[in-house]
Amino acid sequence: MVPKPDMLRSALGRVRGLGSAKEGTHHWWQQRLTAVALIPLSIWLIASIVSLSSAGYAGFASWFHNPIHATVMILFLLAVFHHAQLGLQVVIEDYVPNHAARTVCVVAAKFACIALAVSCVVSILVVAFKG
Amino acid sequence: MLSIAGHRATGIGLVLGLLLLTWWLTAAAFGEPAYTTTMAFIGSWFGKFILFGFSFAFYFHLCTGVRHLFWDAGKGFEIPDTQRTNQIVIAAAVMLTLLTWLIV
Repeated sequence: MVPKPDMLRSALGRVRGLGSAKEGTHHWWQQRLTAVALIPLSIWLIASIVSLSSAGYAGFASWFHNPIHATVMILFLLAVFHHAQLGLQVVIEDYVPNHAARTVCVVAAKFACIALAVSCVVSILVVAFKG
Repeated sequence: MLSIAGHRATGIGLVLGLLLLTWWLTAAAFGEPAYTTTMAFIGSWFGKFILFGFSFAFYFHLCTGVRHLFWDAGKGFEIPDTQRTNQIVIAAAVMLTLLTWLIV
């Protein structure tokens, strides 16, 4: 009988299911959840951009005065920046060999994504609530 | 292999697109003059050129991303499958990009 790699792990290790990354499939699963959410959300964004491209400031403002548009836009923003920071993390971890530099890059990417996400959400809310 | 590297490259490129999106939205929050300035850049030939690039990057990333979801389900892993889906991904991305710009 060929030994299965799984046998080398303790019963507790198997139950926790965290593996060598120590966080199990959390990162992977978040990446997939946001990916699936972004399929309709990003296509909606493209359609919005196309229709707003020649609408001017008044058209932009009235578009986001609609609470449904503002809600879908914020859902898109939350999903896309979460997806972006997860993806950036994977690429940085794969291509930056130095541990210190890698950590600095990952943290910087995450902070930048959070700052951009909040800026975008606040901007949509400002436009949505402006009379 | 080409389109796995392409998925990552377009992902990084699209992060730059998010910077442009942030500029557009924050400009709108600052008011009409800032929004008009931003739209003047986006509406210029250079702005349209980079938007065209972002739109292709988006559709390519979308198509290779959907293929990743099929791979996650254990489908399409064989070499002939990936070669065939490579062609489908590139053709679909080109067609969706052109379709979008025809509507504009």
